[in-house]
Amino acid sequence: MAGTGKAHLRDTDDIILRVEDLVMEFPVGRTGLKVNAVSGISFDVRRGETLGLVGESGCGKSTTGKAIMQLPRPTSGSVLFEGNELTTLEGQAMREARTRMQMIFQDPISSLNPRRKVRDIVREPLVIWKRGLPTEQLDKVDALLEEVGIDPQRAAESQPHQFSGGQCQRISIARSLVLDPSLIICDEPVSALDVSVQAQVLNLLEDLKAKHGLTLIFVAHDLAVVKNISDRVAVMYLGKMCEVAPSDVLFEAPAHHYTAVLKDSIPVPDPEIAVGKVAIEGEPPSPVLPPNGCRFHPRCPAADERCSTEEPQLREIADNHFVACHHPIVGGEAPVAVRSATSPVS
Amino acid sequence: MSTQLQTSGRIESGTLIEVENLSTHFSTPRGVVRAVDGVSFTLERGKALGVVGESGSGKTVLSRTIMGLQPRRGTRLGGSVRFEGKEILGLQPKQMRGVWGKEMAMIFQDPMTSLNPLMKIGRQIEEPLRNHLGMTKDDATATAKRLLQDVRIPEAERRLQQYPHELSGGMRQRVMIAIAMACGPTILFADEPTTALDVTVQAQILDLINEQRRERNMSVVLVTHDLGVVAGHTDEIAVMYGGKLVEKAPTRRLFAAMKMPYTEALMQSIPKLEEPSHTRLATIPGRPPDLVNPPVGCRFSPRCPYASDKCREEEPPLIPTADDPSHSYACWYPVGSPEYLEARARLDAQKVKVA
Repeated sequence: MAGTGKAHLRDTDDIILRVEDLVMEFPVGRTGLKVNAVSGISFDVRRGETLGLVGESGCGKSTTGKAIMQLPRPTSGSVLFEGNELTTLEGQAMREARTRMQMIFQDPISSLNPRRKVRDIVREPLVIWKRGLPTEQLDKVDALLEEVGIDPQRAAESQPHQFSGGQCQRISIARSLVLDPSLIICDEPVSALDVSVQAQVLNLLEDLKAKHGLTLIFVAHDLAVVKNISDRVAVMYLGKMCEVAPSDVLFEAPAHHYTAVLKDSIPVPDPEIAVGKVAIEGEPPSPVLPPNGCRFHPRCPAADERCSTEEPQLREIADNHFVACHHPIVGGEAPVAVRSATSPVS
Repeated sequence: MSTQLQTSGRIESGTLIEVENLSTHFSTPRGVVRAVDGVSFTLERGKALGVVGESGSGKTVLSRTIMGLQPRRGTRLGGSVRFEGKEILGLQPKQMRGVWGKEMAMIFQDPMTSLNPLMKIGRQIEEPLRNHLGMTKDDATATAKRLLQDVRIPEAERRLQQYPHELSGGMRQRVMIAIAMACGPTILFADEPTTALDVTVQAQILDLINEQRRERNMSVVLVTHDLGVVAGHTDEIAVMYGGKLVEKAPTRRLFAAMKMPYTEALMQSIPKLEEPSHTRLATIPGRPPDLVNPPVGCRFSPRCPYASDKCREEEPPLIPTADDPSHSYACWYPVGSPEYLEARARLDAQKVKVA
């Protein structure tokens, strides 16, 4: 009972990325202890799909995004991207593979070099890879800047600090597209932005995805944002996968108790909806000494004996809806806390 | 009101803060930034006011100016802030010292940097107790422990001996609240108190602030950019744009009958869970105004889809609605007015043509 299962992995031709049993551990000083940031997760992404990764701070969602890029290399597991096994790729081959996948970060201002002109920042990948003649490079950069809504003329003259946060995020997006990647990993790309700007950037990502045929992995903690942009959503808790389902299904009928808690915690912009009592007490335990069995059991309202000893595997409870829970919520109703220990495991 | 004069001389209801035509202008090399420009409102005791707006709308400067925490150099203040009937605007830090902590307290967005990293949690809570209330060391320690229990920190005794880095973000924000509550303030300013926290922890902290408010009959000013946060946790909402108050109403009323197109646009740009995925989000075109050279007329007019010539020339005053005097707005053609409906029909027709 090591990982959390692979029942949700698909076997079609258009899988662009397949991650299996990904483990990422970091040592804690010289104590011999380790932070179990990601503990054996598996998922796949189809070409043209947007996969949302959600969870609280420390659940391993950002680490997962970086592990795909091999930044740093995962402790163990496999990352198959466009037919290449990235975990064993070295040197030039690795660098070339990285041009096919790009990242956008949370803080748009600090992820751009403050001392360079914006147009040069966007152009740099082309210069490094010696793609095209200088004039062709500039034409491409200007076209991309136009596309993300930045005036190329101004970009040629200005440094990042002369742009607002939303504009800097647009510049980061232009930079990520300049090498024509197929996969973009977005790590909390809108959480530092105002709601009005957030909406602009989300719409922009949707447009660019359609136009450039991109595949997105969208890491965020804001469920409403993730629901809006994703086709499929994976919920993570303390380095494990809890639930994987199509975006609309997941939020309509969450089956994992943790997903339900996350959903109930979202402040709804409507005062007529009564504010419920806090759905959950406490905070996630330390990933240095994660709980046995289901990692969510110490905070779970439905946990019993079995949950504290036996780790649940992901299993399909409805079409394309997978959950790793011994007592999933069915039809919106949580089951009684104590059940017979004979419920089926797949 | 004399019947309401209660224990310890504290009035249990009535106006706590009256802000009149308040302005905070900063001199910068680029010119004068009108961060807050003629804001007026009152806040009752025990009530929670939400101040909402985008970055640069002046919401943070407003709350800091009321508390007297604005930068001193190059700042010009105007108008008046009366706290319990006394004018406090422009008082020197020395004169405010008796008010800060004791009467007014503040918690900030970033609980990591607002605690002293070199001081144990216990001492940081005891400090205001000893300075303001003149408690002995033992009394202060006992009170600090009780305060930590009030904000639901488990193992309070052990926590007193810990340093901030040993606590999680949510726990640190609880400690900040405990410090803020230490001297029983009459008003708490919470500036984006949950923006740095996870959504589950955010719900816990907002509930905690609400609970403390009820128990202590304290007023709360909740400054945030998130309309979802204020919806469930305030009595009234003030919407700011470009340094001005553009709409103010009781929370339920605002959500049910918003008048200002800006408020409407903010609402519409939030992704909502009940909408299917890939729903196109409404956006507000353009950017917030430059407060050195704010637009003439209504400051929202350059971004407002319903703006007409009048909006671009004359500034609309903040006026109460006809049916509810507690709801006021600053707009020539508010949501629902004939001109608004006409402009909207025109825009919809254009949209159809484009599509």
